[in-house]
Amino acid sequence: MILDCLGQKCPLPIIELARAFPSVAVGDTVTVLADDPAAEPDLKAWCRLRGQSYEGRSGDAFLIRRLT
Amino acid sequence: MVSFDAASGLPLHPLAREAWLAALDDGWADPARLYGSARRARQLLDGALASMAAQLGCRVDELHLAPNGTQALYGAVRGIRAARARAGSHVVHSAIEHSAALHACGEGPATSVPVDLLGRVSLDAFEAAVQPDTVLACLIAASHEVGTVQPRVDVPVPVLVDAAQAIGRTPLPSWDLLAGSARKWGGPSLGLLAVRTGVRWVSPWPEEGGFPGSLDLPAVLAAAVALEAVSLERVAEDARLRPLVGRIRAAAGAIEDVEVVGDPDERLPHLVTFSVLYVDGESLVTALDAEGFEVSSGSSCTSSVLEPSHVLVAMGVSTHGSVRVSLSRWVTEDDVDRFCQVLPQVVARLRG
Repeated sequence: MILDCLGQKCPLPIIELARAFPSVAVGDTVTVLADDPAAEPDLKAWCRLRGQSYEGRSGDAFLIRRLT
Repeated sequence: MVSFDAASGLPLHPLAREAWLAALDDGWADPARLYGSARRARQLLDGALASMAAQLGCRVDELHLAPNGTQALYGAVRGIRAARARAGSHVVHSAIEHSAALHACGEGPATSVPVDLLGRVSLDAFEAAVQPDTVLACLIAASHEVGTVQPRVDVPVPVLVDAAQAIGRTPLPSWDLLAGSARKWGGPSLGLLAVRTGVRWVSPWPEEGGFPGSLDLPAVLAAAVALEAVSLERVAEDARLRPLVGRIRAAAGAIEDVEVVGDPDERLPHLVTFSVLYVDGESLVTALDAEGFEVSSGSSCTSSVLEPSHVLVAMGVSTHGSVRVSLSRWVTEDDVDRFCQVLPQVVARLRG
């Protein structure tokens, strides 16, 4: 799944991710496209708080894996 | 309206206000001149310096006055590099120093030492970052953004302690250079930099031995009076404010998807920061203002540069929905209880 959040300010990408997450199967990944400077710390923090895995970024693409 | 933003600034302490008003009539002359009113001004200045030095635990000749805390920090780093150029220019600093210190450190070779989730610097990493050409280590006494008090470091180079939030609030760690801001302890805008005898520091400005600009004597007198007053009140205020901050930590932490950040125990008595997931900081600040509470935020939408707080980023906590509450002598228990009542309603409304 890819969530295009380019141009969105935080917390909008985080809200989108939280909304989409229930439809991601455990073990699968979501790619969040985001260019807000707060996206990286906020996605990392969200994964830590939610017990999910922040897998890294490539440019504006952030990869998140559902663990639980 | 209740100010919950003591870390940004405070009204003058009542005794400092009195001293400042009196000095407008009595202490306006240039203390460096040789006539009667100037000698009177010199006496007042000497008394104020002696008082501040005593409160800070240093000698009068170790104390330099600066226009503000920002310049004190900036001048501390630049002045060490200028004085110790032959020894090297490398500087070690924590990732959560004040931006003025970070800017000065970044003008030459520097190593930034990370902090953990609570905002505590790793002592091993900090000490390991010191190299043969390191001339200074910078470690903030307590974070102005999250309140975490740093552990004591033991390094073979001079240590600059940014004590802007710690002075008058918490016992100071040992230091070689100490920077502070009177505005944070109930005085007017005035910075100070204390440099231990034997530490090589020179003014980075074309000014003999100090910071540029002429001295604002009424501000100095008021700052000294405020520092004496808050030092006397410190233990009682700590006992009063620490549990009130504890109530806010508990109330915020009880809201779903709110993370209270910073060290729960090793912290300043008056300051707490929390992150509210899914809400932006600007909306929180505005909504709380409408409820009568003035708070600040480390979220990018509330910053002039639209970048998230480097302190929150370094800690790895969420930067949107950030709220910093910092209490002062003017805040009552009732204010805090009302805040704890209103906060969950405000968050629920904004999450809509």
